[in-house]
Amino acid sequence: MVMKYRTLQRHFRESLKSLSRNGWMSIASISAVTVTLLLVGIFALVMMNLNNFADNIENDVEIRVLIDIINDPEEMKIAEDKLIRQVQSLPDVAEVKYSSKEDELQILIENYGEDFSLYEQSNPLRNVLYVKAKEPEQTASLAKKIEKFDHTYDVIYGEEKVENLFNFLNTGRNIGLVLILGLLFTAIFLIYNTIRITIIARRDEIEIMKLVGATSSFVRTPFLFEGLWLGLFGSIIPMIVVSVVYYNLYHKLSPKIHGKMLQLLEVTPLIYQVNLIILALGIFIGVWGSFMSVRKFLKVY
Amino acid sequence: MIHMKEVYKKYPNGVVAVNGISVDIKQGEFVYVVGPSGAGKSTFIKLMYREEVPTSGEVIINGVNTSKLKRKEVPHFRRQLGIVFQDFKLLPKLTVYENVAFAMEVIEEHPKVIRKRVMEVLELVGLKHKVRMFPSELSGGEQQRVSIARSIVNMPKVVIADEPTGNLDPENSWEIMRIFEEINTMGTTVVMATHNREIVNQIRKRVIAIEGGMIVRDVFGGEYGYEI
Repeated sequence: MVMKYRTLQRHFRESLKSLSRNGWMSIASISAVTVTLLLVGIFALVMMNLNNFADNIENDVEIRVLIDIINDPEEMKIAEDKLIRQVQSLPDVAEVKYSSKEDELQILIENYGEDFSLYEQSNPLRNVLYVKAKEPEQTASLAKKIEKFDHTYDVIYGEEKVENLFNFLNTGRNIGLVLILGLLFTAIFLIYNTIRITIIARRDEIEIMKLVGATSSFVRTPFLFEGLWLGLFGSIIPMIVVSVVYYNLYHKLSPKIHGKMLQLLEVTPLIYQVNLIILALGIFIGVWGSFMSVRKFLKVY
Repeated sequence: MIHMKEVYKKYPNGVVAVNGISVDIKQGEFVYVVGPSGAGKSTFIKLMYREEVPTSGEVIINGVNTSKLKRKEVPHFRRQLGIVFQDFKLLPKLTVYENVAFAMEVIEEHPKVIRKRVMEVLELVGLKHKVRMFPSELSGGEQQRVSIARSIVNMPKVVIADEPTGNLDPENSWEIMRIFEEINTMGTTVVMATHNREIVNQIRKRVIAIEGGMIVRDVFGGEYGYEI
């Protein structure tokens, strides 16, 4: 049977009334929601930033292929073109960038100072190919394949360091995931329990409703609305706190961080995303917690 | 109206509360159900509003066999009955008006109809001037009158009362009985389990006495018949 609009309005009104009439119990539930969502929110911020660092570091890993020196410039050109074609034809390659030894020297001078301009007279460096793998994890195997090509003098990618880094990042992500799941589970359990206690305190109410002939959905709906309010009101403070804290943190810390890789995520999309997560979780947990708690008492009859 | 045939009720703990009861109650009757504590009166009453279903036998109320009701049909079945309890069972956080109106909101009645009808029944039980009060601000007798108003607001054919005067002083008990009689004269069947000897002996009606889960006496205009 479809519920009449008028009845829905009644449930809406009743849920708000009952929220205020059950004052302390409502405050207890809202506080439980607030505390857990605050934790979830802060944790989400930290995790998303860590993940971003990890992505940045991973994407920055590239293979440097030093090219053999051949005295005849024409032969050199042919050899280089062949090598580039060979590297590009590998399936795991995302990007190949050529950098002449003059470019290399410029980079060196920029990074380490004018002292190196002495080498402009006789440049000891080699022409270099910068190769990026499609997946950062493929870097090692890709480097081994490139090594076998002709005219490669050396292939450098920081072997063990890179592999250790990947292992570290993956472990970090997995631990983070487990922690966030554990936190969510605790949050749901905590809130479910708080709502359950408030509903147990009102089981007489449910019993009387059933005795005067209320259908299960009639009994349940105001409680679901109430759960919705609990979740909604409970997520307000976490959303504000998370936004304010991150906004300030970002503007204080960002100018002090120089490395491109360790840059914090921009305030605007991140805060909206995290707030959306908090709000959705709050509402979901509130409604679901109420649903589960009321269901138990409705089963009695 | 109310028809029970060879009804037998055994609880999971092994207690046999009703041991083969057959009885017929017609529309418009007023029936006292009497008997010592633990005789099976409450179970007899609960069988009527389908708080319990018989282990065997038939309970037919207003033509509905309670054993055959599906769980989701129970609410609709209960709406045809008015139920009054010894402990009133009012919602403490609702006002007098809201407690009575609640029973009509449940059946999704129009708000205008609700307002009119609630004031009518509150006038009948003499509480029109206390509509805004909460149950805790009322005396026991007044609370029971609210509960009776709630039970009749949907104009049920049967009002079932389980010891409605059990918690009340004599004066309030008589007031409650006056209201039940008035309801009865309007054609509503009243079934009332009671321990109140004075009331049964003074307002003579049909008396069904239950002992050990069986009907031991069924007399029109009978006496209470037990020493207290």
